[in-house]
Amino acid sequence: MDAAEKRELEKTACKVRIGIIEGVHSAKSGHPGGSLSCADILTYLYFKHMNIDPKNPKAENRDRFVLSKGHAAPALYSVLANRGYFDVSELNKLRNIGSILQGHPDMKHIPGVDMSSGSLGQGISAAVGMALSSKHFGNGFNVYTVLGDGEIEEGQVWEAAMFAGNKKLSNLTAFVDYNNLQIDGTIEEVNSAMPIDKKFEAFNWHTIVIDGHDFEQIEAALKEAETVDKPVAIIANTVKGKGVSYMENAVNWHGAAPNDELYEQAVSELNAALKALQ
Amino acid sequence: MSDIKKVATRVGYGTALVELGRKRDDFIVMDADLAAATQTGMFKKEFPDRFYDCGIAEQNMMGIAAGIAATGKKVIVSSFAMFAAGRAFEQVRNSIGYPHLNVIIGATHAGISVGEDGATHQCCEDIALMRTIPGMTIINPADEVEAKKAVEAAIELDGPVYMRFGRLAVPVIFDEDYKFEVGKGVELRHGNDVTIIATGLMVNEALEAYEMLKNEGISARVINMATIKPLDKDIVIKAAKETGAIVTAEEHSVIGGLGGAVSEAVCEEYPVPVVKLGVNDVFGHSGPAPKLLDEFGLRAPNIVEKVKKAIALKK
Repeated sequence: MDAAEKRELEKTACKVRIGIIEGVHSAKSGHPGGSLSCADILTYLYFKHMNIDPKNPKAENRDRFVLSKGHAAPALYSVLANRGYFDVSELNKLRNIGSILQGHPDMKHIPGVDMSSGSLGQGISAAVGMALSSKHFGNGFNVYTVLGDGEIEEGQVWEAAMFAGNKKLSNLTAFVDYNNLQIDGTIEEVNSAMPIDKKFEAFNWHTIVIDGHDFEQIEAALKEAETVDKPVAIIANTVKGKGVSYMENAVNWHGAAPNDELYEQAVSELNAALKALQ
Repeated sequence: MSDIKKVATRVGYGTALVELGRKRDDFIVMDADLAAATQTGMFKKEFPDRFYDCGIAEQNMMGIAAGIAATGKKVIVSSFAMFAAGRAFEQVRNSIGYPHLNVIIGATHAGISVGEDGATHQCCEDIALMRTIPGMTIINPADEVEAKKAVEAAIELDGPVYMRFGRLAVPVIFDEDYKFEVGKGVELRHGNDVTIIATGLMVNEALEAYEMLKNEGISARVINMATIKPLDKDIVIKAAKETGAIVTAEEHSVIGGLGGAVSEAVCEEYPVPVVKLGVNDVFGHSGPAPKLLDEFGLRAPNIVEKVKKAIALKK
């Protein structure tokens, strides 16, 4: 990755973050903290890595993505809109009656959404099913999913991990958005799933630990993932609320929308970051 | 009686999977470590490369099935009714039902006739649970023949299907010419005094009840309601209008199953007495299945009793 390309991705991620704030502010609800923490991962996947075509969102052999931590829907929607699956103006209708943009991802109505999700722990199983289908029927596509670090407290995640490890689903890559915060507090306080990488290793996955806001590390991890004969868990150290100063590492922004004043501040901060990159 | 052929509906299910497997290769079969019992083992034996065992993890199995279906492929998953509809309810609801995916859930060992395993495995709530999921089709075949035909029909449907099969060998009442159609009740006996609407293994009991009632001069109509959702309201309302009283018979809780569905339809469109025969809001217990069916009142004489009650309630 050269400097220019990295800068482009960073600019795109800024726009994605602005879309997150726009959506959550318009909806007066939603989950900005965990959307901002995985924004760079989603940006890289959709703008650089995955074999997809916004003009042909149902292409049979496209790569698939499942947002297992479905409450980060504002991030997925903003990435899809910025990538051209639908108009960016749709983001201002998030969570509204009549909008395609449901509070959690809805594959039936949103172009580019490969799987409905939102009930935690279920998305990874669907991703495993997609990876199995790809291998079984010889379609050859890869499957990506993003889990929350709180989400992995769900037992179903480990049922899915066990199956994927046993079946050597090497076409499956799961990111864990390790921002260390969940609704009731820090991960350690609530119910520690640590060490996360050791757990996935115990389930016969290959694991890689990265800084989830560094595009070079995201890229290197995904390249490494292509070389192993196992499913891959990328433990991405992230900052909840990344990019908006008052939301960073603040658990109260897990599921709250900014008021008009804080909205203005967030957008101006992100615009300033975008301007600095130009 | 001893020369009547008896086969469990789960065997019809397993047989149908193998036959489907020979005709088409666009689907996957999965189980959760119960292949020998659910009869998906028949498919596994003939098509080992098209069968996946998820191990004892029903919730994950439902999610995997959803993922396979989301890629545009068909998938059939099996476990006992208790774990398919009960344990994995929310996965069925959110991962399969909400996106309306093409997943067939083959749930076996439904009802009290599981027998010796006892209450933990005797699922009498599955129809009620599955009925509440929008877009879910629910099919509860009466015998081996209907089970086979229902599987063949289900794989052509769009959206999720919950199929309910039994462990106990039950009389084969239909011949190979029997025509099965999803969403259609079938009038097996004509009558004008009362209608018995039965599903699953209670259909055979209803046919026996018909003969007993006939001997007493009561003309009962018998309808086999294999598809519980979408309910064939036309045949139900017609029966309400023409016979003025209905008895429902099912190996399931009296709450929320066939009796619930028929009551809801009749109450809203043409109220007549509906008397429900089923498991009376109690847990089962261990014992040989035939004796349990006697004990829990799931036999022809019990239907006769309910029929008399229904007729007495007629104005």
